Amino acid sequence: MTMPAAVSRPGPSGRLAARLLIGLAVVLTIGFIVVPVAVIFAQAFARGFGPYLASVTERDTLRAIGLTVLVAIIAVPVNVLFGLAAAWAITKFEFPGKKFLLTAIELPFSISPIVAGVAYILVYGSNGLLGPFLEANDLRIMFALPGIVLVTMFVTSPFVVRELVPLMQVQGSDQEEVAATLGASGLQIFWRVTLPNIRWALFYGVVLCTARAIGEFGAVSVVSGHVRGETNTLPLQVELLYHDYNAAGAFAAASTLTLIALATLALRAVIEQRLPRTGRVGH
Amino acid sequence: MKKLIAFGAALLLSAAPAFAQDKPTEILNASYDVARELFQQINPAFAEQWKAKTGQTIEIKQSHNGTSRQARSIVEGLQADVVTFNQATDVQFLAEKGFVAADWKSKFANGASPFYSFPAFLVRKGNPKNVKDWADLARADVKAVFPNPKTSGNARYTYLAAYAFALEQNKGDEAKAKDFVKTVLGNVPVFDTGGRAATTTFVERNIGDVLITFESEVNGIRREYGDKGFEIVIPSVSILGEFPVAVVDRVANRRNSQEVSRAYLDFLYSEAGQDILARNYNRVHNPAVAEKYKAQFPAVRLVKVEDVFGGWEKATKTHFAEGGILDQVFVNR
Repeated sequence: MTMPAAVSRPGPSGRLAARLLIGLAVVLTIGFIVVPVAVIFAQAFARGFGPYLASVTERDTLRAIGLTVLVAIIAVPVNVLFGLAAAWAITKFEFPGKKFLLTAIELPFSISPIVAGVAYILVYGSNGLLGPFLEANDLRIMFALPGIVLVTMFVTSPFVVRELVPLMQVQGSDQEEVAATLGASGLQIFWRVTLPNIRWALFYGVVLCTARAIGEFGAVSVVSGHVRGETNTLPLQVELLYHDYNAAGAFAAASTLTLIALATLALRAVIEQRLPRTGRVGH
Repeated sequence: MKKLIAFGAALLLSAAPAFAQDKPTEILNASYDVARELFQQINPAFAEQWKAKTGQTIEIKQSHNGTSRQARSIVEGLQADVVTFNQATDVQFLAEKGFVAADWKSKFANGASPFYSFPAFLVRKGNPKNVKDWADLARADVKAVFPNPKTSGNARYTYLAAYAFALEQNKGDEAKAKDFVKTVLGNVPVFDTGGRAATTTFVERNIGDVLITFESEVNGIRREYGDKGFEIVIPSVSILGEFPVAVVDRVANRRNSQEVSRAYLDFLYSEAGQDILARNYNRVHNPAVAEKYKAQFPAVRLVKVEDVFGGWEKATKTHFAEGGILDQVFVNR
């Protein structure tokens, strides 16, 4: 097949521009992404693997890792359930206020995490709306695990819904309706029809949600109280170590976070290959 | 519904240790930002002594931040048994809110301040800009670094010291003192929120010609970055920085930690405690310890907030309150 003349090759000046733009993109990618990431690992391993291991297994850093994992283990499943329920309601049913619900779900994306943290203090802090009730029952939410989990859930709540809604909208509810006419129960429809159709999008949402839950800094910083070895998550621990003059420890902790981010990236790449295929199932 | 909420919250709370009637196994010390290394040394020493005396194992947890933020967090529910701050105003804030005894200043010796320090200068190797005193900070070619006086107790001391210096130079002329601090503040390239962040700005990011922070922090930096050849400069006059301590009664009573909290703060006054403090370049009152470490503490003339500014309450009202002198001169933040 020959090219139509109209789509001609770029002239000399066009080629120069293209090269310049490509060069610029390469330089920017290296300067803004590759070098900083490389520096984190270079710094972390600056004194060899032994000191690196010692930094990562330092008591408070281990506790920070443990806390971060615990927070993700609680926050992510809750958000998966919430995301599934919300996406299910939004895409399979008609009800007034649907648009509003969709917008409200995206709110955590547009609110600065620090505002989210302060808002939770205004509700659950000792002087907050629920403060007197919590005090009377000796319940600690702020500056303890529950507060950290709550703000993390808030910040990460849109991820699953956002991945599910567009896909489920495209798929429509034809298959579910067929299943219903054939006598399937609601639960059967969900497990046998809906879930298989959305599993990759769901998985993708979970990966993004987990990555953010592990990496969240701002909101957690507000409600953490920064108690060493107790309420510091891994991102907070990185900052703390850095300001402790412990650059090696900070970069070691940071490299752990970066590894998680890179793993997320790899998972994303794998899932994205799967996504379009399932996207076509509904048609 | 209420029960359900309580149950859910209780589930989430599983990580918070139950204190109830038992002797506490840990207490939390909410402290100022640059005291990190100090209390990392104090805490195990106290825990060891406490174990020898009572047979109980105690862990001291630490939390470091700007003290105004710490005080705020405690009022919002941070479970700190004791506070070790760098400024009376933030303890006073806790007293006003009923968290700390109204007479907290008389609960421990020296106005509840186990040690003292003052804002000193840290300059780069060889002091290339020849910074000797506060007057040099007003020179157009000198960039000074200190944190934001709005958020940092450390920086409020710096601000007051510069103001006190200018008052002395101009025989009490407030207008000239105002102009002076305005010029000084105008020469600060970055205002960090806390003392340690300012240190990072000066040391790691290489910004500024002189860092102004507590003498203890200045010497800590020189020790930590020995290869960079930083030098300390003691100005002709500085302001007495006190480091008040208090038991947070509301928390300690609930957690049954009064006894150990008090003992912990008493430890700061003991010879062993004072020795650790002095080793970390904090000036102490214990005569024997002060004598032992006198070589590392050059003579300095210190004025008091009480004498120059009529006490913290007045200084806060005149200088730091909304629309106060700081707001009038602090234009480039």
